[in-house]
Amino acid sequence: MAVAVQVTHGTILRTLVALLFWAVFPLISTLAQSDGAAGEVTLEDPLITNHRVGRKGGRLVTALRAEPSTFNPVVALNIPSQTVIRRMTANLIRINRKTQETEAALAKTWDTSSDGRRFTIYLRRGVRFSDGHQFDADDVVFSFELYLNPEVASPIRDLLVIGDKPVRVKKIDRFTIEFELPEPLAAGERLFDGIAMLPKHILKDSYIRGEIGSAWSLDTAEKEIVGLGPFRMKEYLPGSRCVLERNPHYWKYDQEGNRLPYLDELVFVFVPDQSAHVIRFQAGDTDIIDRVSSENFLILKRQSRRSAYRLRDLGPGTIYSFLFFNLNVTSGKDRQSLRDKQSWFRDLSFRKAVSAAIDRQGVVKLAYRGLASPLASHVTPGVARWVNSELSVQPRSIAVARDLLRQAGFRWNRAQKLVDKNGAVVEFSIITSSSNSQRLQMATIIQADLKELGMTVHVVPIEHRALIERITREYDFEASIMAFGGGDTDPNAQQTMLLSSGYLHFWHLGQTQPSTVWEAEIDRLMKEQVRTIDPVRRKQLFDSVQELMAENLPLILLVSPHILVGARGEIDNFNPAVLEHPTLWNVEELFWSQQRSE
Amino acid sequence: MRRRRKILWAVVPLAALHGLVLLAEFFAPYHYATQNRMLPYAPPTPVHFFDQEGRFHRPFVYELVPDETGMGYREDLTRPCSIRFFVKGEPYRLLGLFSTDRHLLGVDEPARLLLLGTDGFGRDQLSRLLHGGRISLFAGFLAAALSLGIGLALGSLAGFYGRWIDAVIMRGAELFMALPWLYLLLGARAFLPLSISPVQTFLLLVSLIGTIGWARPARLIRGVVLSARERDYVLAAKGFGAGDSYLLGRHVLPQTLGVVYTQAALLIPLYILAEVTLSFLGLGVAEPEPSWGNMLGELQKYHVLTSYWWMFSPGLVLVVVFIVYHHLARKL
Repeated sequence: MAVAVQVTHGTILRTLVALLFWAVFPLISTLAQSDGAAGEVTLEDPLITNHRVGRKGGRLVTALRAEPSTFNPVVALNIPSQTVIRRMTANLIRINRKTQETEAALAKTWDTSSDGRRFTIYLRRGVRFSDGHQFDADDVVFSFELYLNPEVASPIRDLLVIGDKPVRVKKIDRFTIEFELPEPLAAGERLFDGIAMLPKHILKDSYIRGEIGSAWSLDTAEKEIVGLGPFRMKEYLPGSRCVLERNPHYWKYDQEGNRLPYLDELVFVFVPDQSAHVIRFQAGDTDIIDRVSSENFLILKRQSRRSAYRLRDLGPGTIYSFLFFNLNVTSGKDRQSLRDKQSWFRDLSFRKAVSAAIDRQGVVKLAYRGLASPLASHVTPGVARWVNSELSVQPRSIAVARDLLRQAGFRWNRAQKLVDKNGAVVEFSIITSSSNSQRLQMATIIQADLKELGMTVHVVPIEHRALIERITREYDFEASIMAFGGGDTDPNAQQTMLLSSGYLHFWHLGQTQPSTVWEAEIDRLMKEQVRTIDPVRRKQLFDSVQELMAENLPLILLVSPHILVGARGEIDNFNPAVLEHPTLWNVEELFWSQQRSE
Repeated sequence: MRRRRKILWAVVPLAALHGLVLLAEFFAPYHYATQNRMLPYAPPTPVHFFDQEGRFHRPFVYELVPDETGMGYREDLTRPCSIRFFVKGEPYRLLGLFSTDRHLLGVDEPARLLLLGTDGFGRDQLSRLLHGGRISLFAGFLAAALSLGIGLALGSLAGFYGRWIDAVIMRGAELFMALPWLYLLLGARAFLPLSISPVQTFLLLVSLIGTIGWARPARLIRGVVLSARERDYVLAAKGFGAGDSYLLGRHVLPQTLGVVYTQAALLIPLYILAEVTLSFLGLGVAEPEPSWGNMLGELQKYHVLTSYWWMFSPGLVLVVVFIVYHHLARKL
């Protein structure tokens, strides 16, 4: 009862403060406007967040695996660069990492035409860049021009080119923009999440000179890096750290009218080694840790009872690991032995037998110490909205696997080795990245599992780039273990893997025509779901895709590792999510609940 | 006489160790690749002599079961399982000659006899240590033999004939000594086909390590030969018309034996270390085949390094082997 009263009390208080804020705010606005230049508009409609109201001050330290390679959102590719850039920039519409749904950001509202091709976006008025310059439709048009220019070669361009035609961007007035997609695109507004808005007044010159790719590099003066994110660059020390400070012009407020973010500073230290990350977090050098491996998570957990941090197991993320066979068409005499083996790999019964023999629970237990989930579909249980829950994890059964092999014409010789119809001993190698110990462990487990079927499997760890080269260019491998995921949860993000022409269609690349009936059917379903606006119908279509994938096993799914994170106990509003970036996605809302004794 | 006894102090334990790893299948309770998936990183099984009531028994162990936290293990005290000798286990061929399924030690079901604990796959660390020793110890042994063989041949040629032969061989030796051999080995591995059998990998390792290291013994042997061929009795034999092969075999080469033995005692541990280094870096024999190097490679992981002390066992054995070999080299 007492608690209930307190809550009501708090709510009333908050409402009062909010009212007060709204009463005072126009006054402040008018005052501010009087000394602004002509044509300037003050922030009329900031975004009001609905999290717990915090207190200002303090710095938050977190570690990055590697140094950022650039601060330029147009060309940034790797995770460390993206992590820093995303704290300094903002987009029109963002995907809430927790709900996985879209929500307003720089766009106050937007309209979608009934055919899903046209978006009209209404910007917040009076938003300013971190240097105080006004943000309006010209900046949006400029940003999209940059991303779409083929000469700039931005990796984001692929997102904005649909069916070989680019998105058309048109300014309606100072705060209204219209986007026209060349084809209907379901959930098209999700595109905007990955696209940072850029300041025309800063980047125009280097764009005209054709040097946009090298703008905002690591040598750029801190003041010149300007964005719309909660933080701005304060100091970058190569090899050591990168310090961001509060953006005084940020456009989000809490319910009591405090401008976000709460933190004064956000510090990224560069720590290349995974173990060193854990040690520094344990020592209190860093305040937040993400992408913790399961072993290190258990070490932290063992010591968490006497330490002031909390750990969260967020369950499976979007990453799915899988074993796959080389089904590419190869030529040349030196690939004859591969082609002989491909007659097994192309045999669905063979793939089904392999899948049935794999001990996924063992993988979870040994490679992830229990902190992973076995997979039934390539859409993980972490993507609750899209996963086909009808599919179940393949239970392990050596007997079923042996039956499948026998029916497909395989036999066992006197030494209990599996031989095919022509009497050839079934023997193949699995290549994995030598830098990923979990995948190596999975391969070793699978090796032992398949030995029970009489298959001789060699596990070959090779350097990651050489591995990618073999798989994507030379097609020179027999089987491999890899993992995909980490992007958006929408089915559209999976086209590159699912479409027979996609560049992540790793088991059989470079298809001009779908080579199998089921690949043709997946192509058709995926193309249909892109055009389907009705979410229920879309889900049905995508369920069928998942069924086809599970029936035909181009990817023999293994497990999805859990997303494991940790933070100091005093950090409030800590709301980690499975999508990138798991802990810092709501950095503007994070605050220290009590002053730390330093 | 006393010197000989001191040498025996080194030779006997080494011979015993080599015997142990040669007969690894017999001495190891399990196959090196057998995974106990419910027992990853299990600590060494304690061996008991007294039961809960304090009564004396033949040695026995309790079954290990996961504890309440799910991270460690505890003993299931309800069922003692006796340790037995010459038990039936996984079948194997001893030395490739006899088929049998007897192992020296074993334990009643359902317990597992894990005297040195398990690795991340629940594989018996002791069995892997014994099998891995076979690769590591014999790689050192064979590579040293190869090195010394080449060194002896080229060194005595250079020392005995001198002039241009000497010049060519010695410049060659200098070139080999200047080679950054670790990078050479890394490079050589990259050229090989993806999957080669463990035997092939082993022979390749041996031949690479052995060939690269011939230069140092060759220089030493050349020095000995150089001084030996000027001895009075050699010159006298030559004066009586002895041929080159007779001179080399009868008078010169026996002089080099001391150097060869000492070099062997120094090179073998060095080459064992070379194999361990390569396997540690993932260039040696591949999973599931163990070697001391790839077993130690597990320690590259922070959690293994800090949590599971029994994973250090190959390192401990290596230290002992090194001390014994160096002792031997000093006494020779």
